[in-house]
Amino acid sequence: MIETKHAIMIVAVSAVITALLRGLPFIVFNSKKTPKFITFLGKFLPYAVIGMLVVYCLKDATFTAWPHALPELIAIAAVALLHIWRRNTLLSVAGGTIFYMLLVQFVFK
Amino acid sequence: MKRKTARAAFIKSLPVFAGYIVLGIGFGVLLAKAGYGIWWALIMSLTMYAGTMQYVAVSLLSGGASFITTAVTALLVQARHLFYGISMIEKYKGAGIKKFYLAFALTDETYSLLCDGKHPEGTDLHLFQFLLSLFNQSYWIMGCLLGNFIGTNIEFNSAGIEFAMTAIFVTVFVEQWKSTKNHVPAIIGVLSTAVCFAVFGSENFLVPSMICITLLLFILRKPLEKKEEVNGND
Repeated sequence: MIETKHAIMIVAVSAVITALLRGLPFIVFNSKKTPKFITFLGKFLPYAVIGMLVVYCLKDATFTAWPHALPELIAIAAVALLHIWRRNTLLSVAGGTIFYMLLVQFVFK
Repeated sequence: MKRKTARAAFIKSLPVFAGYIVLGIGFGVLLAKAGYGIWWALIMSLTMYAGTMQYVAVSLLSGGASFITTAVTALLVQARHLFYGISMIEKYKGAGIKKFYLAFALTDETYSLLCDGKHPEGTDLHLFQFLLSLFNQSYWIMGCLLGNFIGTNIEFNSAGIEFAMTAIFVTVFVEQWKSTKNHVPAIIGVLSTAVCFAVFGSENFLVPSMICITLLLFILRKPLEKKEEVNGND
């Protein structure tokens, strides 16, 4: 294990940068009137960003070798179908996670 | 109205409750296995409050990362938060002092619940946003502490637990897809990221994806805005 001082530095730097990135847009565009392009982005970015995040979650999946990201893709399809069917987010998240854990621990181990 | 707002925020936060307890446990277990106890879990979930970054921080701690490595990693991993801020500027407008916490607590999951800018009828918008953010962080802290306790004291196979985050985003994606007829932005998001992932690899694709998405949205700005008027969706 590294020295406590070193560990504190890592935690502090991570925390400060996270807070800065979260706060920056509010500081930069804090004028009374929001620029038009920000209103535009505010309207359409959310849809694009959630799409980005779904793909982002696949970054640690193995595509080029077995299991070819199958556990992830199967579980994502299962969550989407379950959610279209019952539209209960709690059920979709809990059910999907347990399903994925079963897949990686017993089926695709 | 306050009670009604609190109730509505609580109900809306329940999926994140499930997700954060599960994800928090995953993080707490990893942190415990790296040799860091309950105080580290508490301080990190209080001050950093970021699912992905906290997972990454565990590997930085285990590897004894330098100042520069930590700063660059944090910037790259968290750059997507700039996007969230930009799209929440209008929606958090007029929140007063609450805005400081709203900005600090704008995690992926909180963003996914609040980015439509809606709130149940008869509730106070900014109090709703504030309480939802606060509830979410409290679940996150609980999960991290619980996980750290479990990781220190109990043997169990947590492999795959991190999928809770993916599941949350998939459900939000489905919700958003159903809420609008204009699927162009969603498709832009998925395709740009998938292409950048294939081109730049799993370590470096996030920033190019964000640039791609922004450029494509601006290129398609006219037709997008026109389509919005025709369909009258909001």
